[in-house]
Amino acid sequence: MKVLVPVKRVLDYNLKVRVKPDGSGVDLANLKMSINPFCEIAIEEAVRMREGGGGHAKDAAKEVIAVSIGPEQCQETIRNALAIGADRGILVKAEGEIEPLAVAKLLKAIIEAEKPDLVILGKQAIDDDNNATGQMLAALLDWPQATFASRIVLHGDKASVTREVDGGLQTIDVALPAIVTTDLRLNEPRYASLPNIMKAKKKPIDVKTPADLGVDVAPRLKVTKTAEPPKRQGGAKVKTAAELVGKLKEAGVF
Amino acid sequence: MAVLVVAEHNNAALKDATHKLITAAKAMGADVDVLVAGANAGAAAQAAARIAGVRKVLHADSATLAQQMAEPLEALITPLMAAYDAVLFPATTTGKNAAPRVAAKLDVMQVSGVIAVESADTFVRPIYAGNALISVHDTQAKKVLTVQATAFKPAGEGGSAAIETIAAPSGPFKSSFVSEEMAKSDRPELTAAKRVVSGGRALGSREEFHRVLDPLADKLGAAVGASRAAVDAGYAPNDYQVGQTGKVVAPELYVAIGISGAIQHLAGMKDSKVIVAINKDEDAPIFQIADIGLVADYKIAVPELMEELTKAGL
Repeated sequence: MKVLVPVKRVLDYNLKVRVKPDGSGVDLANLKMSINPFCEIAIEEAVRMREGGGGHAKDAAKEVIAVSIGPEQCQETIRNALAIGADRGILVKAEGEIEPLAVAKLLKAIIEAEKPDLVILGKQAIDDDNNATGQMLAALLDWPQATFASRIVLHGDKASVTREVDGGLQTIDVALPAIVTTDLRLNEPRYASLPNIMKAKKKPIDVKTPADLGVDVAPRLKVTKTAEPPKRQGGAKVKTAAELVGKLKEAGVF
Repeated sequence: MAVLVVAEHNNAALKDATHKLITAAKAMGADVDVLVAGANAGAAAQAAARIAGVRKVLHADSATLAQQMAEPLEALITPLMAAYDAVLFPATTTGKNAAPRVAAKLDVMQVSGVIAVESADTFVRPIYAGNALISVHDTQAKKVLTVQATAFKPAGEGGSAAIETIAAPSGPFKSSFVSEEMAKSDRPELTAAKRVVSGGRALGSREEFHRVLDPLADKLGAAVGASRAAVDAGYAPNDYQVGQTGKVVAPELYVAIGISGAIQHLAGMKDSKVIVAINKDEDAPIFQIADIGLVADYKIAVPELMEELTKAGL
């Protein structure tokens, strides 16, 4: 089985996003960028399918391909995925805001060429919080989808996926090829070891452009303003637990 | 213009999110129809018809729609969109699962997690887990929105809309329902809980995490959460994680114990109504947003807090 995992380069989760004073967007200049945490979970799951682990048989996946869409620096994001254990990478070089619909179209073109049996994506990116790319890709391919996965069991030509839904868990079967998007509980990604980081440098990354894939990536939506949310003011400090409970009563919590 | 609101329901009953989405749809200045897609969901359809301001209720009823899975919902809704300018889904796991599938079939980029309607084509939505708010101008001929229901007031009762039965898609579909397991824990689910007790790295071990937090959570009827630092240290499982890389919560009460307040954690809980922080480091950033702060070692403060809560009748 061949598994394809799209990975997104986002502002590192430890950093605070700053809205530009003129409201024209967020300021990302000179800030550390990292692999989107949900994408990291997706790569980890795919690599476990190849290595054996996380309930998967060894060699359940024969090959894991990491794909990223964005500027040249997305090479680093792909290297990160390769260091976790992906076999090779594909970079679709594109500048500016690429919306989930355009990402899904680019991925569809790559999938038609690569013919993977399973595509695992993060359920959402922690920058734009859209939670849309996986579902859109499934629609464009006419594939089934299993979003917000906390467990994937492969058997033959289908996968049983347990999904984190409001209020509990739901298990569904999807016929392969299928789209799965990851939720937090699916796994805890490893830290890439130094030898694997070195090995990742030698793995191949193929570079393409949206024009190569015949996809128009012009944004459909226009962001007219970016603003800070209302600021929250800290309250008073208390000296004792008794005082604390008193304040909670005042605040109407009990 | 005409807007279709996809009802949130569990077949037996209509959920309040539907009323709130109708308010959002009305703010677009539109005629509002409601779609109830389910199995044996007649009561939910009737409830939708009684909401003030609803023009018509479309009711599709079939076993294929029992779980409102993405494939049949998309097959049902996409053709209906010939008659509508926009469709609003609740930003629940059901809505978030299906909406982008419909959007892609319509070749539309969706607007996700709308918290305010500025006009018929301009919407406000959070990005970076709510650390920035963007106004989005959507000029596409068809619009697909997921809406954060809690940001809108519910529409009232008093309507008497007609209910039109429509055909449900018959399939075959490539996904099938196997089983579900709802709220097995005695504790409320983290994202839906009215109260949350969260622990950080200061707790020092998995055993200590549960020894300290579990009784307090039980006393408060709260869900248990954790900072990413606590999860990375192995004190709590990944699905306890509150923050930008975890779950975003907004309970009535959030109690942070031994959590310093890293940016990414604050992003996941800053919209809580009342935030309590207990931390022995008086300079911890969590105190900058906490409504009530107690500078103390949790080992002393939490047992005292338990005692005071007992005195207060909990």
